[in-house]
Amino acid sequence: MFEQVLNAILAVVVALAAAGAYFWGSNWLLDKFLHSDNGMSPHVSVRRDRLRTGIRPWLFLLPALLFLSIYLVYPVFETVRLSLYNRNGSVFLGLSNYFWAFGDAHFRQSLLNNFFWLLIVPAMSTAIGLIIAVLADRLWWGNIAKSLIFMPMAISFVGASVIWRFIYAYRGPDQPQIGVLNAIVTGMGLPPQNWITMVPLNSFLLMVILIWIQTGFAMVILSAALRGIPEETLEAARLDGANEVQIFFTIMIPQITGTLIVVWTTITIVVLKVFDIVFAMTNGEFQTQVLANLMYSWMFRSGDFGRGSTVAVIILLAVLPIMIWNIRNASREQGAR
Amino acid sequence: MSTATASAALPVAEDDRPSIWERLRIGRIVANLALLLIVAIWTFPTVGLLVSSVRDADQLAISGWWTSLTSSTTPGAGRLASSSDQIEEDGIYVITGDIFESAGNLTLSAVGTTSRDPGAFGVGEAVPMNQGGELVVDETGAYRWTSDTPFEHTNTPRIYYVASEPPVFTLDNYYRVLTSAGVGQSFLNSLTVAIPATVIPILIAAFAAYALAWMRFPGRGILVAVIVGLLVVPLQTSLIPILRLYNGIAVNFDGQAQGYLGVWLAHTAFGLPLAIFLLRNYMVGLPREIMESARMDGATHFQIFTTMVLPLSFPALASFAIFQFLWVWNDLLVALIFLGSQNDQMVLTGRLVNLLGSRGNNWELLTAGAFISMIVPLIVFFSLQRYFVRGLLAGSVKGG
Repeated sequence: MFEQVLNAILAVVVALAAAGAYFWGSNWLLDKFLHSDNGMSPHVSVRRDRLRTGIRPWLFLLPALLFLSIYLVYPVFETVRLSLYNRNGSVFLGLSNYFWAFGDAHFRQSLLNNFFWLLIVPAMSTAIGLIIAVLADRLWWGNIAKSLIFMPMAISFVGASVIWRFIYAYRGPDQPQIGVLNAIVTGMGLPPQNWITMVPLNSFLLMVILIWIQTGFAMVILSAALRGIPEETLEAARLDGANEVQIFFTIMIPQITGTLIVVWTTITIVVLKVFDIVFAMTNGEFQTQVLANLMYSWMFRSGDFGRGSTVAVIILLAVLPIMIWNIRNASREQGAR
Repeated sequence: MSTATASAALPVAEDDRPSIWERLRIGRIVANLALLLIVAIWTFPTVGLLVSSVRDADQLAISGWWTSLTSSTTPGAGRLASSSDQIEEDGIYVITGDIFESAGNLTLSAVGTTSRDPGAFGVGEAVPMNQGGELVVDETGAYRWTSDTPFEHTNTPRIYYVASEPPVFTLDNYYRVLTSAGVGQSFLNSLTVAIPATVIPILIAAFAAYALAWMRFPGRGILVAVIVGLLVVPLQTSLIPILRLYNGIAVNFDGQAQGYLGVWLAHTAFGLPLAIFLLRNYMVGLPREIMESARMDGATHFQIFTTMVLPLSFPALASFAIFQFLWVWNDLLVALIFLGSQNDQMVLTGRLVNLLGSRGNNWELLTAGAFISMIVPLIVFFSLQRYFVRGLLAGSVKGG
């Protein structure tokens, strides 16, 4: 049983040795076969120097580029291609998978649900994260509070799903409720509810899980941004008689707008790819389906790679604007350097 | 605002001092309470899981975890002795015994003769029995059944009761879930996936990051842009092509499409964009003078990288390693597709999903299993939080 862990460690050693041998060896070969010294004619020596400096970066980059091209770049094109084919990629169908998708009730349901996820989860996480960041920075136990709120970031979506399934747990009306939510509801004299099956509330209850996880992320980033606001700015506003609420809205928020957008878009990306929570909680039943889970179910349960790819392409298209925005920002930053 | 207004406002503020203090204090109390409430809401779910995982399975099934420190009340049933056990005392026929039979630390609060109403009679009350006579019980479960006429029943009549049980905490749930539910095996599987998938990308990414940070070559800007773009490419676009690729290789070489090697390589690739991005950003910030003086001394890029940049980049390497480990350990999708869902290869997340489906009401198993899956990331998280936060900041604030 423990053998496999030993094998894993062995794999680490082998992989590190292989990578080390490659990097060291290729550099050694480069220096050996393209070396230049004083005995050479200046013409040859300069040409060799140039060749060496031209080749070396690519030796450094080669393994990474191989991995990225095989596992990330090529699949993007392949997925787009497969989305134009039938279930096993043998018959070209044109755009008919896309026409099918937008005519399919499950797909439209997923699209609508994803839309609500996008609307609610980033907004709630960012807002609550910002409130916590502002509060925690003023209190002596703020760091402990932040640590506790941040903690869900460390656990898996599946673990979080178990935690919240327990909160939403339902028993018949004549039995004691062991789920917190139903205990509260019955404590108020109302009948217990099977929350997971209640449309459309159930989708929101699933969103709560992701908000619970992502708020810590928003809080950490925003807290750092808030600390970056110069103390003099805040002090000047206080001296001018601004109260804390005014300072929050007129000074803090404008100063951290850039960071707010980054947090928002980062969580948006997470939401677009959300799979585990829906898979573990409802598996898309009770009208909670989302795109990522729909893709999985077309891919695996139905074995239809064409339609699975179609759904993947739709997710990619949704991510595209953020991707372009990120690239433009990064290039601008690089230009400024 | 101008300094003039600021200095003009100052005396007013001095005069208002008590009221400002007052306001501050109220604000402080509100802030404390608000944060306390949020922290309570945020930790409550996890605490519930933790407490439930060490509760006795029977108690867990009938009472909420927030009552776990109080005695829980359980209905139950016992049997009374048959007439052969009766003795005659002063012309009265008596049967005595213990309702609970098996020893337990239950405290009886009520008894009844029907399952529908197990709490019909209190302790010490006389219960008229169908078999004749009257039954009296005390809190320990001892009963005394008396009758003027001899008992004639040959069976052992059922008696229903309500008893309270003091809280019982146990590690049985963990033992059961680790062994019979297969979580122990899955724990090892998760480790098997996570260790190589965390270590392999680091060296590959570090070399690439160095090239992108400190070497001049045509196409560097475009490569950086591509890496930034790949940061957000959804995993979903890679799944089907890579699975087809693996299947194709498996058919040609007569091997298995699903296995640890495939998962390690996939996780390595999926982690690389973030790794390169984090490390490059960090390496760009290293002091240029050190590099240049080393170049002057005739050091090659390879030497500069291995002897200076790599050791200096330790904080960034640690940040990425933590990220990658947490993400691989917590991953469900990649393992599900490239490792499969056979019983002996399932990772912890997959196992938990399975338990949710098959043992959805066995909360003692689910909570213990979930906690086992959380313990490693929590240790990593709380011991290395500093690096984790640093990586998070480096990875996201850059975009703004």
